[in-house]
This record gives sequence, C-alpha cells and structure tokens, in this order.
Amino acid sequence: MTNSWTDIKNTDLVIIMGGNAAEAHPCGFKWVTEAKANRGAKLIVVDPRFTRSASVADFYAPIRQGTDIAFLLGVINYCIQNDKVQWDYVKAFTNASYIVKDGFAYKDGLFTGYDEEKRDYDKSTWEYVIGPDGYATVDDTLANPRCVWNLLKEHVSVYTPEMVERICGTPKDKFLKVAEMISECSSPTKVMTSMYALGWTQHSKGSQNIRSMAMLQLILGNIGMRGGGMNALRGHSNIQGLTDIGLMSNLLPGYLTLPTDKEADLETYMSTRGFKPLRPNQMSYWQNYRKFFVSFQKAMWGTAATPQNSFAYDWLPKLDLPGYDMLRAFELMNQGKMTGYFCQGFNPLLAAPNRKKLTDSLSKLKFLVTMDPLDTETSRFWENHGEYNDVDPSQIQTEVIQLPSTCFAEDEGSLTNSSRWLQWHWPGGTPPGEAKNDNWIMAQIHMRLKELYRKEGGKFPDPIVNLDWAYADPNEPTAEELAKELNGKALATVYDTADPTKVLAEAGQQLPAFAALRDDGSTTCGCWIFSGCFNENGNNMARRDTSDPDETGAYSKWAFSWPANRRILYNRASADVNGKPWDPSRKLIEWDGAKWAGYDVPDIAPTAKPGEVGPFIMNPEGVSRLFTRGMMRDGPFPAHYEPFESPLGNLVAPNIRGNPAARVFKGDLEQFAETASEEFPYAATSYRLTEHFHYWTKHVHVNAVLQPEFFVEISEELAAEKGITGGGWVHVWSKRGSIEAKALVTKRIKPLICDGKPVHVIGIPLHWGFTGAARKGFGPNSLTPFVGDANIETPEYKAFLVNIEPIAGPVA
Amino acid sequence: MFPPVPNPSTGPQNPKFGENDLMRRSASSVTPPAERQTEVAKLIDVSKCIGCKACQSACIEWNDTHPEIEENTGVFENPHDLTPDMFTLMRFTEWENPETNNLEWLIRKDGCMHCEDPGCLKACPAPGAIVQYSNGIVDFVHENCIGCGYCIKGCPFNIPRISQVDHTAYKCTLCSDRIAVGQGPACAKACPTQAIVYGTKEEMKKHAEGRITDLKSRGFANAGLYDPPGVGGTHVMYVLHHADKPEIYAGLPNDPRISPIVEAWKGVTKYAGLAVMGVAAVTGFLHYMVNGPNRVTEEDEEAAERLTGDRSS
Ligand code: SF4
Ligand code: SF4
Ligand code: SF4
Repeated sequence: MTNSWTDIKNTDLVIIMGGNAAEAHPCGFKWVTEAKANRGAKLIVVDPRFTRSASVADFYAPIRQGTDIAFLLGVINYCIQNDKVQWDYVKAFTNASYIVKDGFAYKDGLFTGYDEEKRDYDKSTWEYVIGPDGYATVDDTLANPRCVWNLLKEHVSVYTPEMVERICGTPKDKFLKVAEMISECSSPTKVMTSMYALGWTQHSKGSQNIRSMAMLQLILGNIGMRGGGMNALRGHSNIQGLTDIGLMSNLLPGYLTLPTDKEADLETYMSTRGFKPLRPNQMSYWQNYRKFFVSFQKAMWGTAATPQNSFAYDWLPKLDLPGYDMLRAFELMNQGKMTGYFCQGFNPLLAAPNRKKLTDSLSKLKFLVTMDPLDTETSRFWENHGEYNDVDPSQIQTEVIQLPSTCFAEDEGSLTNSSRWLQWHWPGGTPPGEAKNDNWIMAQIHMRLKELYRKEGGKFPDPIVNLDWAYADPNEPTAEELAKELNGKALATVYDTADPTKVLAEAGQQLPAFAALRDDGSTTCGCWIFSGCFNENGNNMARRDTSDPDETGAYSKWAFSWPANRRILYNRASADVNGKPWDPSRKLIEWDGAKWAGYDVPDIAPTAKPGEVGPFIMNPEGVSRLFTRGMMRDGPFPAHYEPFESPLGNLVAPNIRGNPAARVFKGDLEQFAETASEEFPYAATSYRLTEHFHYWTKHVHVNAVLQPEFFVEISEELAAEKGITGGGWVHVWSKRGSIEAKALVTKRIKPLICDGKPVHVIGIPLHWGFTGAARKGFGPNSLTPFVGDANIETPEYKAFLVNIEPIAGPVA
Repeated sequence: MFPPVPNPSTGPQNPKFGENDLMRRSASSVTPPAERQTEVAKLIDVSKCIGCKACQSACIEWNDTHPEIEENTGVFENPHDLTPDMFTLMRFTEWENPETNNLEWLIRKDGCMHCEDPGCLKACPAPGAIVQYSNGIVDFVHENCIGCGYCIKGCPFNIPRISQVDHTAYKCTLCSDRIAVGQGPACAKACPTQAIVYGTKEEMKKHAEGRITDLKSRGFANAGLYDPPGVGGTHVMYVLHHADKPEIYAGLPNDPRISPIVEAWKGVTKYAGLAVMGVAAVTGFLHYMVNGPNRVTEEDEEAAERLTGDRSS
C-alpha cells in the first residue's frame, strides 16, 4: 500500500476492482465502512461477479475477467477527453512533459523492438531524449507531439466507451457512470482510493493492470494524498514482509537485486544501480544503493566481508536467468533438473497452476522437505485419496520429510501488514507435539551444513562457513536478535555527514534509521527499509499507542511503518508545487518556509525546497512515471491483451494472443485452449471465500461448518442452458484437468455480452483439498494454465477456459 | 466509529444482573423489580453487513457449540437453518429491485430478537424455563426446560430449536453471560464492520437514526429501523434499507405479533397458575391451542378474549 488501512477512512471514493475486499479482507474493509458512514464516501465495485463487496457498494459494474486494462485505459481516455485531469499535479509531479526518443512507437499491439522468437523486447527506444546537459528533455507546455502526455493521449484513444463495452462486456451506460464518478476525483479536494488484490495480479499482464490504475491515480492527483493511493491488499498477514525481505529468487532484502552472472565484480554490479538524477536537483534516493548493499553484506558475513574482498560480493549467488520463480522451479523439476525441494509455509500442490504437472514434478524429486504447522496436501502428494488425489504411491520414490513448525500464534516476531506496518506479536499458546519454530529448524539445518562443509570442504564452502552467526544460542536465534539485525548497528562510530561533530551512533549501538548507513563497512543492516524498527529506543514494532492527533488516521505511534515510520508514501505530493496542501483538510505535511513538517514523516529531505526537488524521490526524474521507460518487460504503457485462454480474440490487436512478452514454457502452450474454443466455451475465474483463509482453515471445524463443501458458481442462464440445478453435481474440465463440484446457481453472475456474443462466467472458489477437517474437494489449480505475469510470473489464475456439464454425483 | 464496549478487567467480577432483576418468568408470576435496569439492545445494520459470518463463528466459539459440517445445497446459508448448535445465521437473499432493476444482495443476521413482549416465554409451560431480565434480555434456563417446543410455536420469528441430545430448547442468549460482566455480545465484538453494535436501547436508536439519514442520502428513501411494536419492540433491532418491506429480507415478519392463543395462555397461567390447573389439563389445552390449526381465526380471538378477560393488564 502507498497509504494504510486506517487511512482509507479519509477517502471520498473507494474503487474495488481486481479484488473483493469485503470477502477476502473483511477486517480491513471496516475502514471502507468508516469512510462511507462518517464522510459519505461512495463505493464502486467492478467485478465479473456481484461480490460481497458489491453487496454494500453504491455502484456495481460487471466486467469480463482479464480485460481490466481496456476498462482503465478507457477511464483515462474519458478523463482526458472530458478535461478531468488534475493539471497542476500532472504537470509538476509526473513525466507528462518528458520527450520520448524518436523510434519509440506502438502498433498492432506491439511496442518497438519486439523479438517474436525470444518473446521479449529490445527496449532501447523506450527512453527519454537526453539533452547535452545529461538530463532528460522536457516541454512544460506539453505541445511537443513526442512528449509523454501526447503519446499517452494517442495510446488510449482507441479505448472508447464503445470499445470498452465490446471488450469488457460492461454495458456502456454503466462504464460511463463509473468513469464519471472516478473523474470527479480530479478535483484537488476529492480523492479516490484504489483497493486491489490478486484479482489484478494473477494475470499474464498483472503488473500492467496495476500500472493502469496507478497512472489513472496520477492523472487524478491522488497519489501521496490522504485517502488516496494505490492500495494492494496482501493475501497473507505477512506477504508484505515476504516481499520486503526479498524472498524472491532475484531479490535481496529491501528491493535490492541479486547480481546476474554477467556482473562479475562489485563495480560492474553497481554501475547499473544507484541511478544518477535525470533532472537537476533531484534526490534520486537509489544513489545510496551502495550503503544499503554494503551494510547488507556486513550483516551476512560480518568481519569476513571486507573492502579487500569487495564485501564478499563473490559469495552472493549470481543469476544465469531472470529468476527462479515458482513456475520455473516446477518446470525444472519436471525436466528432472531439480532434485530437492524445501517447502516452508507453502502448499504448492494447491497453490501452483496445473495440478497434474505439479504431481508429476514432485514425483521426480529425490527429496521434498516440508516445514509447516499443518499437514498440507503437498506433504501428502504421494498418498492416494481416491479421485481427490489419484496417485499410485508405489510409483513415487520421492522421500518426503515433514518438519512440523509452529503457527503464528505460537511464536514471537513481527508481521508486516499491507500498510507496511511491522507489528510485533507474542505467543498466545504453546506449540503442540513436536512442533518447533522456524528459527530453530533453520538454525539446525545451517549448523549441520556448516559442520559438514568444515569437515569435508566441498565445492564452495566460503559463503556457508563464513556466514555471521553471532547469536546467544547458535542453535536457536531469537526473534529479537533477528529483528535487531534487520535494523542494523554501528560497527564504528557513525557521524552525521552534514555535521561531523554530531554522533549518530556509537560503535555497537543500534542504528537510529537508514540515513545512518554507510558504504565503508562501518554499519550493518539486514534490510535497509526496515531500519528504525528496533533502534536504541527499543522495539518500535511493539508500540501500541493509539493516539492520533487530529484524527488523521496516521496512528504514528502504533508499531513501525517502513520506511522511517512514514505512514503515507509520496506524501510530499499532498502539497502543491509551493508546498501548500492541495486540500487543507487533508494536510499531511507542508513547507513552512524552512522545512517540511506536519502529521507524517516527510517523504523528502526535510529541507528540500519545493519547486526544486520533486516528490518522487526514488525516481531519478523526481517525478512519477506515466511512461515507464524500460522498467517493465511488456511495455512502457499498458496495452490490452487477452488472457492466454480467452473466449474472444484481441479486438484492438487481432494478431496478438495473450501477453506477447509473457514467458511460456515449451509444452505448456499446447495445453492452452484455443481462442474462442468450442470445446472450452466458458470463461472461468478463481477466488477465495470469506469463510476461509486460503487452504489453512480446511483444518478448522468452525470454518468447515460455515462453508462446508466445494462448489462452483454459475448464472441462472447457463444453468438453464445446461440443465444444471442448484445443489446438484457438475463436472468442470479444462484442457489440463477436471474437477467435480456442487453447483451454486445465482443471479450474482450474469452472462456478459462481449463483441455481440454472450460470455458465460464460471466462478471456482479455492480452499478444498484432501487433508484437514473439511470435506474433501478440488482446487481451481487442477484446471488453470501454466503461465504467469510477464514481469513477476504470478500465475494466471483469474482467467481461463473450461467446459461444464451436470452429472449424477461423484463415482467414489 | 461507534465506541466499542471496552475490554473489562480479566479479574473476577460480580454479575451486573441476576435473579433479582427478573421481569418475567415462564409459567410463574414474579414481582418485577422496583427499578428497571437500563434497557440494552443490539443493533444490526443490514446495510453495513458484508455477510462474512464472523458473528456466526464467534457465536460458535463463545457458546462452545459444535454444529455439523453439512453439505452444499447450492446456497450460502451454512448451516442451512438455525440449529440447537447455531444460534445465529446469515440469511442471503438475491433481490432484484423492481424500481432500479439493480440486483441487491440482502444479507440478514437471523437470531432471537429479544422481544420486549416475548411470545416464547408466554407460550412456555415450564416454570422458569424462560426468563426475562429487566434490561430486556430473554434467556432460556436449560435445567427448567421440558423440551415441549411450545416456545417455537409462540415465537413470531421462528427462533428456538430443540436439541436432540439433551431435549431442551436453545437460542441466542444475547450473550447474557458476557453482558453480566460488562462485555458486549461475542458477535458484536467479532463483527469487522460494526454492522453489529451493542449498547443501551436509547443509544442504539440514536445511532440508527444517523445510519438511516446516511442511507436516505444514498437513495434508499424507505430506510428505517425495525423495532416492531407488535411485540412491544425488540432488544435486537435492524437498520434496513427497505424498512417498508421487511419480508424481502429472508421473510422477516412485516408486523410480528404474539398469537392470541399464546396471549390466552398467558392469561390462564396468570389467573390459575400451573399448580392449580394440573399438568394434564395444561398439556391438553396447549396441545389444542398450539398444535391445532395455527391460523388465528376470529373464533380463536374470541376464545382468547374470554380466557384472558381483561387484556390490558
Ligand atoms: S424472538 Fe422468539 S425466541 Fe426470541 S424473545 Fe422473541 S419470541 Fe422469544
Ligand atoms: S448475542 Fe451471543 S448468543 Fe446471541 S448471536 Fe451473538 S454471540 Fe450468539
Ligand atoms: S460479523 Fe458483522 S459483517 Fe460479518 S456477517 Fe456478521 S453482522 Fe455481517
């Protein structure tokens, strides 16, 4: 989230699209009810189904799954056509005026530089014109036809209300009503918040779905504002923390990136990071990259990381591929190239796509280790459970080791929620049986590996034997020790760079914040963005002060919000070019002539003069980007692409199938149903239900009572056409697998008319499996295609094709 | 935000009400306390409810009940009805508003209304099986319950359910055990959207007014409070977007009243008392009255009239 859960109460308009907050985030949804009840805010829901969120919405519009970009670019087009633009914001705080290189173009669904063979782009033209002074060229009048604004205007012009209706199936009048309500928030005193979740990420163009809304929010001037922002609702209590700490194959903590194998030494690695400003005076905060990186290396290898060995740069793994994401891991397993798999708090047999491929892949492993408080399906993938897991154990040689771990309520630590709040928690119960907390398990594995390397040498022992492991009890580091390490400490006295007489931290002290990090090896820090969470004031994550001066919703003394306890990112943009709040009733910070001050920690250097330094300090431009240059694999602007399995072709680019830059493995393409397939005519989507939490609550009796049995949702029209009755059994199948379920026939799903043809939507909730207290059932992943988002490989779970027929009942 | 009931101290506490605060007791006469406690109420704002069922799970957890894991029958109500193990149930109605042509998904938390004039209590032949405290809470006392099921017939909302295990009647207690020690109802505590709030009846009515104004501003011209006078008002009230049509909310009665037969029975106990009448006579009478034709005819009304005599008492 750019903002926070509690800030949603400050909004005038909530748009829930690409998510179903009332259903999947009922506790956070309370802030929507607060905004509605206390300040008359309106709620819009755009979704293929009339959801629980829609049940309390002021306006609902249907949309075909996988067409959000067309809808949102349609809204942007509407705002431009109707002059509903926060002009002062757009001109001062976005790259609207930046001139783009000649040669960059978009045509027939493709940007310049496409290589069909590689399914990738040469992005060299996706860049600004750089002037002789080394800075990007701009035209503040927006007259230059090659400025971002004019290119954008042209790019979105095809998404007329009529085109939106044809692609999305949203009736034109409903689309226009939504567009009108949204466009009102271009006023500096009206603010919209966007709440989204996996409904936007789980697509082959998930990142661009989100970008489309981010661009719209910039055009409306809603980023950095109280009650505004782009608010990703994370699906687990600590998924935000997982991303922050860099638990992805290509990341290091704090959104630093792992080197590639082409970056043989630290200087080469640094040459493409630590961006120089692209406009005069800009902070370009990543210029501090080296401080973050070196401090991280010191946290990893302590005294063994020295300036002489480039702070142990060689001990980091180097990527030979863009990443080893979940889909690639299973692909490698399936090819027999990955032989061991550690699965910590993860149930891929239900959570990854194409269940059959998963079972085949796991069966080829030599060993599988699961660390989980629950008896997951993954750890039982080899066990026969009739039709629910129809495998032959005698044919599976994989050795499975189950390590029972504690659950969140049985151990101490911090969880980072969607608001970026690190909240400390304490155990509420004792772990059952042999369950051990994850720290203990990991420490045991590490200690034993270290011992083996010490004894036997091995190929490359250095990174393991030199790992800094200075914990009071090496067999079980405590949560506090680990949290302190993330915050970082001084190894030598750290002085203020502006005033060398001022000491920021004495040697051995916890660092006050990331501003104290140094690149000479005198500081350590496990995750720079978390710095400040556990400093000399103590454990700030454990703070529980609910005071909130003037009820701004900031709650600045509750827990710790990264970065630097800032509650709203880009809050400098809540004030105009001169530093006065756009809306005094929404003041966050303002320029008092000498410095920035207000309710929140300024997201700018406190003395950075307004008019000189732009509000988007992480960007070398100092402004936000409507045009993302080469930062995304699939284009500097979003463009409408159909899902890989779609009931109709791409109406704006008829020759393009799916997202042209999305990775597709050999063999998976053949397993996609063709466009407008007669064999698989229905558009399916998957989602969570409010009664359940992913696959976990399957193990809880109460949750099983509240929603007992696997079902699929269909419209009354489709039910009549197919002779399906509510509560009766159906068989649903895709090109990859098949499931049996009860049918729930509802008015909340209606056939959509797309390009003149009816499209029937089938809803498939997730939760059921074959372990736990609930009735046995299937998951949507038996049906879904093996393809992910072009940028981050989140599987395309939200849009795929199936067929359906009524059946007498399960054979078993 | 409506200020939630603060967490009380965890130390032992003296109950805030008890035997001395009884206002009514089934099949017996009690001397009502000289001073009535402040009336309490739970307000359920249907327009804020997202149907998350947190209230249902809180009710199961607090009351330590064990409802069955049923089948899916093509609906969202689970369990499929109120049961002796499920005191509250979200009922879902897909309603197409003929005026706007818009679909509305009406989600109503069903359960005991804690009627000011409780039909269950009046129908109950077992002394002290149903009691009403002067704060308005209607509670079942299981050791006195004989499992006859007349409370179900007497209830205009079809709420109590008889357990097949211990053959006594169960329903929502308004968490009388929590309220007695200064806590709010478990369901209200769990409700994420404050669709359920709890306080004095006056506070609740006032809070409802604000909600109704908000709903009217959003185009729900008939938004209103459901506090049906036919049962003397209730200690569980609803804010409805369409208060003119309560029946669209999964059959919420438009004008609930205690059946005159039950009123008659009340008269009988009042004048004769169970002891005087003899158990056989009682059961016979009740069987006729309750299991006989359930429709209230004019004749019934007259019979009732005769039996009770002066009804104004
Ligand atoms: S709703 Fe029914 S059970 Fe509850 S108090 Fe009223 S009559 Fe009795
Ligand atoms: S008041 Fe208590 S008993 Fe009644 S529904 Fe709520 S939780 Fe259940
Ligand atoms: S907990 Fe509240 S919002 Fe959820 S179903 Fe119950 S009343 Fe509705």
